Parts: sequence; C-alpha cells; structure tokens
Amino acid sequence: MNQTIAAPTQEFEFKNPALIDALNQSAQKVDWVGRIFNLLFLVSALIGVISVATIGYFLVLEGLPAIQFAGLTNFLLGVDWYPPALYGIGAMIVASVVSALGAVVIGVPVALLTAIFLAEVAPKWLANMIRPAVELLAGIPSVVYGFFGLVIIVPAIESTFNVPAGSTLLAGIVVLAVMILPTVITIAETSIRAIPKTYKEGSYALGASPMFTILKVMLPAARSGILAGVVLGVARAVGETMAIIMVMGNSTAMPGSLLDSARSLTANIALEMSYATGIHASSLYSTGIVLLVFVMLLNTSLLVLNRKRVK
Amino acid sequence: MNKFDVKELDLHYGDTHALKGINLPIPEKKVTALIGPSGCGKSTLLRTLNRMNDLIENVTIKGDVKLEGKDIYQDRNVAALRMKVGMVFQKANPFPMSIYENVAYGLKAQGIRNKKVLDETVETALRSAALWDEVSDRLNSPAFGLSGGQQQRLCIARTIAIQPDVILMDEPTSALDPIATHKIEELMDELRKKFTIVIVTHSMAQAKRISDKTAFFWMGELVEHGDTEQVFTAPVDERTRGYVNGDFG
Ligand SMILES: Nc1ncnc2c1ncn2[C@@H]1O[C@H](COP(=O)(O)OP(=O)(O)OP(=O)(O)O)[C@@H](O)[C@H]1O
Ligand SMILES: [Mg+2]
Repeated sequence: MNQTIAAPTQEFEFKNPALIDALNQSAQKVDWVGRIFNLLFLVSALIGVISVATIGYFLVLEGLPAIQFAGLTNFLLGVDWYPPALYGIGAMIVASVVSALGAVVIGVPVALLTAIFLAEVAPKWLANMIRPAVELLAGIPSVVYGFFGLVIIVPAIESTFNVPAGSTLLAGIVVLAVMILPTVITIAETSIRAIPKTYKEGSYALGASPMFTILKVMLPAARSGILAGVVLGVARAVGETMAIIMVMGNSTAMPGSLLDSARSLTANIALEMSYATGIHASSLYSTGIVLLVFVMLLNTSLLVLNRKRVK
Repeated sequence: MNKFDVKELDLHYGDTHALKGINLPIPEKKVTALIGPSGCGKSTLLRTLNRMNDLIENVTIKGDVKLEGKDIYQDRNVAALRMKVGMVFQKANPFPMSIYENVAYGLKAQGIRNKKVLDETVETALRSAALWDEVSDRLNSPAFGLSGGQQQRLCIARTIAIQPDVILMDEPTSALDPIATHKIEELMDELRKKFTIVIVTHSMAQAKRISDKTAFFWMGELVEHGDTEQVFTAPVDERTRGYVNGDFG
C-alpha cells in the first residue's frame, strides 16, 4: 500500500568512456546519408518546377503565332470561332467560367454539408459507409461521368424544360457539380477534423448546441482548409474535358442561357487538336495558355483570401 | 447545504475502471479541491459533474450524481446543466474570435441578441474575472493576442457570463507562471462568495491556500475527504498522509 521509492542498491557508473569515444567519433563523421538525401529532396522538388516551366514555355511558344494573327483582344473577347479566318474564344471562356461557377454554386453547399455530416454528425458506422462511396466517386473516370450525364441528366433536362436538346450548359454544370464533390468533401472533412477538440469542448461546456458550435466555431476555424478544397474543386471543374464534351453540345456560339449548348476551353482543344494545322493548331495552344492563366488566378486568389483573415 | 451529491459512482472507459464507488458531497459556495496522483480520476470526476464525458465514446456511468437533489443523468437537458455548471479547462481555450465575442458566445448560443444586454454582461463578466481593466480598450481584437494568464481569465469570464452556479476548474493554473497563478487565485477568492467551485490541482500549496474542502483520490478511489485543514494536518489514511507530505507523486 504505502509506496516508497527504493533506493538504488548499487552505485551506477553514469559515464561510459568507451561510449563517449564512440559518440564523439560519430559526431566527427561526414554525414553522407544526409547529404545524399538533401540532394534527392532538391532534385525531386526541381522536377515539379521544371515541368511547370516547360509546359508554360511550350504553350507560349506554340500559342503566340495565333494570338499575333488574331490580336489579343480579338482572341479573348471575340465570339466568332471560324478557323482558319476568325479565332475568338470569348464564348468558350464564358462557357468554362459559367460551368465551373455553376458547379461550385450547386456542388460546394452539398459537399460542405456532407463533410460536416461525416466529421461531426454521422455515427461512426454510417460515416464509414459513406466515406468510401465518396472516395470511389473521386476515382470514376470522367468518361463514365459523361455516360451518367448522357443517360440521366440530358434526358431529364429535355423533359423538365421542354427543350429539343438536353446537351446544354446546365447539363455540364450538374455533371461538374457531382465531379467536384469528392475533392471538396474530402478536404473539408479533413480540415474540420483537424480543429483542436478543445474548441468543441469549450463550446459545449458553455451550453451551446452542436449546430451552433459547428456554425460559429468549427466552420470558421476550418475556413482556410475549406477554401482550399473549393479552389481545387473549381480547378478540377475548369480543367474537366471528356465529360463536358459528352454533355454540353459543344456549339461554338455564345450561349444565351443555361439551356443553350456551349463549348468549354478544354473541349475546344480536345475536339480540334486531331486535325488542326498551322495557325489553327497554334490557336489551340493559345487556348491552353488561357486555361493556365485561369488556374494561376485561382491559386493566387486562394493565397489572398487566406492572408486576409490571418491577423 | 450540498450543491452536488455524488453517490456510488462508477465510471468505465471501455475496460478501464476509472472511478470506483465514489461518494462525495460538494458543499454550496465553497471551494472543493480534488487532489491525487496523475491518472487517479480527478478530471474524470470533474467531467461527470457537467456531463462532458458524454462526448467520449464507450463511457459507462453507474450511480448517482445529484445537483440540488436532482439526478443530472436522468435529465435530458444537458445544455441547461452546462449553463448551470460552467467549466474552465487546463489549457486556456478561447475561441478564434474577438475578446468580446468570446465572452458573449454563451449568451449568443442561447439566442440572446439584445446589444445592451450583451454589452452589460460582457463588461460585468470581464470585471468579475479581473480582466476588464486590461482589455476594455481592445474588446474587438482577437483573443489569441492575450497572454496565457489573460486567456485563462477570459475563459473564466466567458463561463461567468452564462450565469452559472458552479464553476469546475481542471488545473486552471498549471500552464501559468507564479504571478498569473496568483492573479487567478485572488480571483477565486472573490468568486467563492458567489459560486460553488470545484478545482483539480496538482499543487498542494494551492489546495491549501484556496480550498475549504479537499478530496484525495488514489487509483480511481476516493480515499478520503473533509475539511482542507484536517486532510492536510491530520489525514486519516496512510496514503493521504504520504501524498500531502510529498513522500511520493
Ligand atoms: N478518454 C479516455 N479514454 C480512455 N481512458 C481514459 C480517458 N480519459 C482518462 N482515461 C483513463 O482514466 C483514468 C483517470 O484519468 P483522469 O484523466 O481522470 O486522471 P487525472 O487524475 O485527471 O490525471 P492527471 O492529474 O494526469 O490529469 C486514467 O487511467 C486514464 O488513463
Ligand atoms: Mg486531469
């Protein structure tokens, strides 16, 4: 019962001269393993940077002739795409922006609610059933999403809105909204789970309800992670090609409404690359430059958004 | 008059038997200190008093915890219990928002939006927590800008703002320097007039200084409890004597 700490029965020799020598010698040695790894780290990091730089360089190199031919303003703002005479991608920029934004407007709220449900509300067994389904969604090839759009969304739009062709901007938006779900859900859930549990305890200890806690403490605390998820979602939507080609109709005209056919920037490249030559081919590279600029803008906006709040 | 009456309380975390047949009265408007070596169940007992253990999976609780004669585990309104029995944590945990919003949080959670009521309560609570003079000119700046001791007093203010009867404190000064600790102890001396306080502490000196009653825990058992004076000067149990004399732990 009464516990007393036993005194050491023998004197310990705390210092071991042989060990001290070995330690000293080890400290003198050149750390080759460390040096090699440092080099490996650097080389690996450079591979990414070099890839981006190379892609950018060749896009500009190949795309410049078309922009010079059409003029930058005409190229970006022109709405007539009639190779080899007119190269205006204005309608496609609109189609890409509208379809991505539409996907965000529909997809992000759904994804956010799902993430909260998975992280905070759902019992473990249910979350463990839903999560793999969401992850599977991320792995489905976009051609298959295209099928899903063709078989379900396009006919549904035809019958709901009574239009002759359901392959429209709206169909693209719906398909993209589903496609960005896994990205946004996974990142948002991870960042909600990463919030220190002391916040939640502090809130509950003040008698706040779980809902109030989620809205006032958890979501604001997870804000930067959630924003990152949204931006990645937008990037995925802007970059999506195959599914969009299958459900949006690909008309080069400026869409007048969500119920018009439209062609995204990515679709433009994919559809015409196989037969384009000369300036026409170059104009497709220029389309790629615009896509690259979009993605850069998205990343910058994330940086700016996150910097604003961190005081 | 007892605020809490704990009777034959058993608590398991899965297979770990963390509290064994605890019987402890907690008198009203007194400071009760829970002491004992690490892992003996002090925090666990504290957290049964406002049902914070409900957040942990696999907890089973047997026995009675009565607040003013009513079993808190029979009543379904946990939020009401937690407003009546506030809690201050070991590590100050202000929310990532302004000082003002931190203190007003509990009221806003109950749907109170009246600016005048909120302003008044925030000021009173900050004054009661001896923090008003230090922060009155920067109520809208982030709570994270405060020092550790100020953050802890902010957490006390936040708790006082919801008008509790009881304040539970789990080693509230263990992360603070002696001066900040002294400030909080002074504050508790004021608070004891209006609130029932239950505090977990590893500091014998602190328990002696601030508490009226002391309860000594040992491996999930409540070994002995009584007036602080008696527990420290004339403990009944060998283990208590060893612990308060600093022979181990
Ligand atoms: N969430 C948990 N899950 C499982 N076991 C737990 C949990 N919390 C505490 N325990 C166990 O219950 C026992 C009592 O823990 P408790 O935290 O109440 O001790 P304590 O007296 O507060 O210790 P300390 O002074 O170190 O804070 C310990 O054996 C601990 O390992
Ligand atoms: Mg503890």
